[in-house]
Amino acid sequence: MDFRYLPMTEQDKKDMLQTIGVKDTEALFADIPDAVRLKEPLQIKEPKSEGELKAELAALANQNVTMKTHASFLGAGVYDHYIPSIVDHVISRSEFYTAYTPYQPEISQGELQAIFEFQTMIAELTGMDVANSSMYDGGTALAEAATLSAGHTKKKKIIVSEAVHPESRQVIDSYCRGQHLEVVTIPHKDGVTDLEALQEAIDEETASVIVQYPNFFGQVEALADIRTILDTQSKAMMVVSSNPLALGFLTPPGNFGADIVVGDTQVFGIPAQFGGPHCGYFASSSKLMRKLPGRLVGQTKDEEGRRGFVLTLQAREQHIRRDKATSNICSNQALNALASSVAMSALGKQGLADMAYLNVQKAQYMKKQLEAHGLEVVFQHSFFNEIVIKVNGDIHTLQDHLVAQGFIGGYHLGRTDDRMKDHMLIAVTEQRTKEQIDTFVREVAAFHAK
Amino acid sequence: MQNNTDFPLLFELSQPGRTGYSLPPLDVPETDMTEAFDSAYIRTEPAALPELSELQIIRHYTALSRRNYGVDSGFYPLGSCTMKYNPKINEDIIRMDGFSHVHPYQDPKTAQGALELMFDLQEQLKEITGMYDVSLQPAAGAHGEWAGLMMIRALHEKNGETQRTKVIVPDTAHGTNPASATVAGFEAVTVKSNEQGLVDLDDLRRLVGEDTAALMLTNPNTLGLFEKDILEMAEIVHEAGGKLYYDGANLNAIMGYTRPGDMGFDVVHLNLHKTFTGPHGGGGPGSGPVGVSEELAAFLPKPVVRKQDGIVILDEDRPESIGRVKPYYGNFGINVRAYTYIRTMGPEGLKRVSEYAVLNANYMMRRLSEVFELPYTQHCKHEFVLSGRKQKKLGVRTLDIAKRLLDFGYHPPTIYFPLNVEEALMIEPTETEAKETLDSFIDTMLEIAKDAEENPEIVQEAPYTTIVSRMDETTAARKPVLRYIPE
Repeated sequence: MDFRYLPMTEQDKKDMLQTIGVKDTEALFADIPDAVRLKEPLQIKEPKSEGELKAELAALANQNVTMKTHASFLGAGVYDHYIPSIVDHVISRSEFYTAYTPYQPEISQGELQAIFEFQTMIAELTGMDVANSSMYDGGTALAEAATLSAGHTKKKKIIVSEAVHPESRQVIDSYCRGQHLEVVTIPHKDGVTDLEALQEAIDEETASVIVQYPNFFGQVEALADIRTILDTQSKAMMVVSSNPLALGFLTPPGNFGADIVVGDTQVFGIPAQFGGPHCGYFASSSKLMRKLPGRLVGQTKDEEGRRGFVLTLQAREQHIRRDKATSNICSNQALNALASSVAMSALGKQGLADMAYLNVQKAQYMKKQLEAHGLEVVFQHSFFNEIVIKVNGDIHTLQDHLVAQGFIGGYHLGRTDDRMKDHMLIAVTEQRTKEQIDTFVREVAAFHAK
Repeated sequence: MQNNTDFPLLFELSQPGRTGYSLPPLDVPETDMTEAFDSAYIRTEPAALPELSELQIIRHYTALSRRNYGVDSGFYPLGSCTMKYNPKINEDIIRMDGFSHVHPYQDPKTAQGALELMFDLQEQLKEITGMYDVSLQPAAGAHGEWAGLMMIRALHEKNGETQRTKVIVPDTAHGTNPASATVAGFEAVTVKSNEQGLVDLDDLRRLVGEDTAALMLTNPNTLGLFEKDILEMAEIVHEAGGKLYYDGANLNAIMGYTRPGDMGFDVVHLNLHKTFTGPHGGGGPGSGPVGVSEELAAFLPKPVVRKQDGIVILDEDRPESIGRVKPYYGNFGINVRAYTYIRTMGPEGLKRVSEYAVLNANYMMRRLSEVFELPYTQHCKHEFVLSGRKQKKLGVRTLDIAKRLLDFGYHPPTIYFPLNVEEALMIEPTETEAKETLDSFIDTMLEIAKDAEENPEIVQEAPYTTIVSRMDETTAARKPVLRYIPE
C-alpha cells in the first residue's frame, strides 16, 4: 500500500539509515521495552483511497438533517446565520490554516495583524477596553471569567444567574470545582435574573456575578440595575456573557460598567459543526489586561520603525509562568477568530447593526404570530431573537412532526429543567423568511390545539 | 502612528458608506423598537467596525496571508508542535453540509451520521492508545490535561484520599502540565532529569508518597527521548498510590509500536491537531480527547457517545462524571478531520508515520550534530534538541540562528525549550517531509554555523529578507497597545 502523505522511498531509507549508522529502523525503537511493544498491527480500520473514503463519509454526512435541508428555529447558543462566501475563501488560504501560533513575528505578521484587528472589533462591539485573541468557546470563556474574578478579588464565591446557558453553568461548575470555588446559583423570575435573590446572595465574599445578555431565554437582563446592586453592596465583579450579534442592537455591556464580557462569535461566519469548534471571545476593562487568559497581540515597531505586531504580555501565560499561571490555555481558536473577523469586516459598521435589527424584527413578528395563533409566550420582557413558548402535548412528538414538515424545531427546555418539560425555546434569525415563520407558527399552533 | 510604509489596518482602509455584505430585505411588518425596548438598552452608537467593499476585504486578507507562513509555504520544524502536512481531503469532508451545518441540539436521531462518526473515532482512538474508554469532549491539549487531572482527583476523592494534592511534572515538561495541575486544584512538583535526559528515578522515588496524586509524563519526552524505564516509573507511582498521566503531545513517535495503555498509563490526552493532522489554524482550534483506564471510566466528562441497539446516543446520565468541560460535544470539526486521516492511513499507514517521523529526526540529528552540540546522544524519537552553546561563545545566540533561518525561507525550530538545555533548538521534521527538504535545511544550518564562526554579524543582524525586521517586544509589553484607536 502506498501512502500519499509519506515521501520516503526505499533509497531514502537506505541512505538515511547508513548516515545514522544503524541497520534498520527497528534499531531506532530498541529503547522501547519489549514488554510494552505492540506485537500485532493496530486493530483499526483498513485504509481507503481518497475517492472511496469521500464517498463513504458523504453517505454518512447525508444521513444528517441539517440547517440546509431544513429551516432551523433552533438556537440556544448556536445559530443559523448567513455566512458570506468570502469567509471560507479567506480561511482556506493555507498560509493561515497551516500555520501555528505566531511565535516568529517576522513571518507571521498576517496572523498577528488579523488577531489585532479581531481584538479591536470585539472591544468595539462589547464596549470594553481590551479583548484577547480568542478562547475555546463562549462556555469555557465564561468559566475562565469566573476563575479570573476569584483570582483578582481573592474571593471564593461566584454567583451565577439561572438564566445563563445551562451548559455554560455546568462548565462553570466544573472549572470552579477545580479551583475550590463556591458557585451559588440564583433563580430567574419570569425569565430574567431575580434581582431580589441577587441582592440577598451577594456579600463581601463574592468574587463576581455572572449574567447573560440577552439571557438563555432570549430576554434582556437589566444590566443597569445589576450594576447598581453591585456598586452598593460589594466589590464583586460584573461578568456578562453576550451574543455579540445582539450587541449590534443592544447597548453594549461595557456601557453599563461590566468588568468582563465574554461570549461566542459563532454568529459571525462560523458554521454550527455539531457544536464546535466555535470561538470564544474575552473582553475586559484595562485594569484586568495583565490578568487575561490566552494570547494577546500588541502593536509595536521593528528596528526600522515600521509598525508590526507581536504576541505580548506573555508573562501571564503557562509557557512562562508554568504552575503560577492563572489559566492553562495554550492553543485557542485562531482560525475561527479569523472567520469571524472576515464576517464582521464584511458586515461593517452599518451591516452589523442592520443584521441585528433584522433578527430582532423577525423575532417580534414571530412572537406576535405565535400569540395570534393561541400560543403562550411565557416571558414578556424585551428580547433579542429568541422566545419561550408553552406547548400542549409531547414536545418530542412535535419535534418529529416539524422535521417531517422541513423544520428543525426549537430547544426543548425540559432537557435541563424539569419545570419546563412543555416549554420550547425558539430562535429566529435573518435567514428565516416570513413564509417560513408563518408556516412554522401554523404547524406548532395546530399541534398545540390538538 | 501609521507611517507611509506601514501595512494598513482594516480600520485605516475604511470609508463611511461602504459595505461588503448583502442582507435580505425586511419581509415582515416593522415593529417600533422604542416600544419594545427600554431606550437605555438600545444601542445609540454603532460599533466602529470597518466599512469596506468585498474586494477590498479580499485584497486585505490575501495580502495578510502573504505576510504569513504555514506548512504549505515551506518546512516548519517547530519542535513539539508536529507541523505535518494537512491533507486537503480533510478540509473537503468537514465542509460537507451534513457535517458543517448540523446543530448540536438537533434530535440525536436526526444526527446519526455525525454521532456514528464520533463513536467510530472513539473506537479507533481507544485502539491506538490502548485505553479502556475515550471522550472527545476537550477542546485542546491543555483542556484535555485539565480534564484528565480532574478525573484523577475525582478518583482519589472517591477513595477518600483527599490528601493526594501533588502532581509530579518533569523539569522538561511543557508549561501547560504544571499550569493544568494548578487549575485542577493540585500543587505541581518538579522531578529532575538525569544525564541521559530521562526522568531521574531516584528523584522520583524521593518525591512520591501519600500526597502523590499523579505523575504527568510525555513519552517520548520533550527532548524527543523515550523514557525507557517507563515500567519502573509506573511501578513507583502506582505503588505510592498515584496515577500515571500521559501527555499525548508526542504520540506521533510511537503509533503502532507501543501504546500508552500498555505502558501503564491511567489517563491519556491526545492532540488531534498535531498527530492526526488537525490543522493548526494559526493557533487553533485544536481537539484534545481523553482516554482512561477502566478504573477511571466513570469519571469521563459528559456526555459520552454510546451505541445502543444500533443507535448512537449521547449519554448524559453519568453520576460520577467530572461534569461538563465545554458546551456541546467537543470540537467536532477537528474530530472529523482526524477521523478522515485515520481512515486514510489505517494500521500500516499510522505505523509508517511513526517509523518515518523517527527516521527523519534521527537522520537530521546525526548530520546536524557534526556542527551543533548534541546534549543527549542516544537515538531520538520524532524530535531532538540541539544546544547552540558553541555558537553562543562566538556571540551568536540561538535566537540569531532562528532569525537567520527566516532568510532561507524556513520556519525556525522551537527555541529556548526545553528549559534544561542551554540555547535549545528543538527540531521536529515530521514524516511528511522529503529527504531533499531535510538535506536543504541541514545544509542551511551548517552554513549558518559556518557564518557564526567566520562572519557572526551576518547571523546576529538577521533577518534581511522578511517584510519586517526584529520587533521591539519590550515596548510592546511595557506600553501595551492591544487595539486600534483612531488618531
